[in-house]
Amino acid sequence: MKRSTKRRLTHLALYLLLGVVVVVLAVALDWPTVQRNFWADGLSGNWHDFITLGVVNTAKYTAIAFGGGFALALLLALMKLSPIAPYRWIATAYIEFFRGLPALIVILVMAFGVPIAFQWTPPGGTVGAGVIGLVMVAGAYMAETLRAGIQAVPKGQTEAAQSLGMSGFWTTVSVVLPQAFRIVIPPLTNEFVLLIKDTSLLSVVGMLPDQRELTSMARDFQASGPTAGTSTSLTQAALLYLIITLPLTRLVAWLESRQKRAR
Amino acid sequence: MTSLAKDPAAPAIEVRDLHKYFGDNEVLKGIDFEVNNGHVVCVIGPSGSGKSTLLRCVNRLEEPTSGQIFVEGIDIVDPETDLNAVRSRIGMVFQSFNLFPHLTVMRNLTLAQQRVRKRGKAEAVEVARANLAKVGLEGKENAYPAHLSGGQQQRVAIARALSMNPDMMLFDEPTSALDPELVGDVLAVMKDLASEGMTMMVVTHEMGFAREVGDKLVFMDGGIIVEEGLPTAVLANPQHERTQAFLSKVL
Repeated sequence: MKRSTKRRLTHLALYLLLGVVVVVLAVALDWPTVQRNFWADGLSGNWHDFITLGVVNTAKYTAIAFGGGFALALLLALMKLSPIAPYRWIATAYIEFFRGLPALIVILVMAFGVPIAFQWTPPGGTVGAGVIGLVMVAGAYMAETLRAGIQAVPKGQTEAAQSLGMSGFWTTVSVVLPQAFRIVIPPLTNEFVLLIKDTSLLSVVGMLPDQRELTSMARDFQASGPTAGTSTSLTQAALLYLIITLPLTRLVAWLESRQKRAR
Repeated sequence: MTSLAKDPAAPAIEVRDLHKYFGDNEVLKGIDFEVNNGHVVCVIGPSGSGKSTLLRCVNRLEEPTSGQIFVEGIDIVDPETDLNAVRSRIGMVFQSFNLFPHLTVMRNLTLAQQRVRKRGKAEAVEVARANLAKVGLEGKENAYPAHLSGGQQQRVAIARALSMNPDMMLFDEPTSALDPELVGDVLAVMKDLASEGMTMMVVTHEMGFAREVGDKLVFMDGGIIVEEGLPTAVLANPQHERTQAFLSKVL
């Protein structure tokens, strides 16, 4: 058999297989049941609460976790590059520790363990404590990104600043960090997307009604409201997450391609 | 605390028995060297001869392993010396320019003036404009380095160093990264500087520049100074066979 004929037959077989799977699924599944569970009332209910409260709180928790995580990460990255060995050890230990733990464990410990053990009333209650847990985890991940960005700034830049008599502080602030930040914008945006999704972990701690983010709100709407008894609210939350994250992941791809071209 | 007052009688740069190791590799094997005030000293030699390392030790971008280095009589190896203050009086020009790519030409020239010299913005801008004019780049204030040719970038780098009003300038192969047709502009700026009496130490492969402008030519090979003297004499009549071998390859 000719090679081109063989390739054409292989493609045909693959398309047939795909067609068979689609047909089997269409016939075998009980579509009304599927729809009643994931698509009740044509997805018409709950949107007002989801958008005015769920999206807003998800955005709020993400912003706090990202902002706090970034500040912590900058400190850790500079510690990790410090000439003072104990600072490097502390930063390395912190980063390895928190990157090695599931974020869910950190959130639970912060929300339920730490307040009791240390007699600490977290701002914002258990949710506030959970967000601080997210900050701690995000800081560890972003620290490695920032460290890599700082180290990617050519050594000649530091030398040029030093040769002008600039102190270590001004060299870092005026010359190294501005260039490092440009390098890390794409990976940090990626980190931001991961954090948006990780805020759903906060739904495991108890929330007051107006503290609920998308996932905990979806969980509530499984039990009450117009779509109670179905998983329609999970579909809605999923759609809202995608509306937020997909443009951002496209943005990361665009930033990365632009950076590659600039090099 | 060592006094930072410069000694007018001292040579601009004085190096005594300088040794430098990179790991087990000894790249400078006991260098004695000086640059007098107002002189232009050119250092030549094959790659790996230690000439760039010697230059970089003078403002301690490389840490000497042993030996002494005096800049205007100030011992710069002494840990008590305010290294940043000394560095701010030594202009340095790099082979790869090392302009700050995230800043405009103007900001490249004013940053250290404001942070180190503590000049106000207006004064820093005025000094920067004067030095840009000196290197023939008026009108490029708002350009970013990436939009300039290599020769223009190197002239901005010279203007950046001059904006600190340095007492001396170090040049580390300033034309080696340039396309041949751009070398002339940079050398012309350096010749102007020399004629104004700037003290200069120049690591270079430009024998024509060394002959025309240099007060002294130093030939290094294998981490030692093999031969030094008047450029015309060394180039026309090298005494040492390693110098002869090197010059026969490059001239």
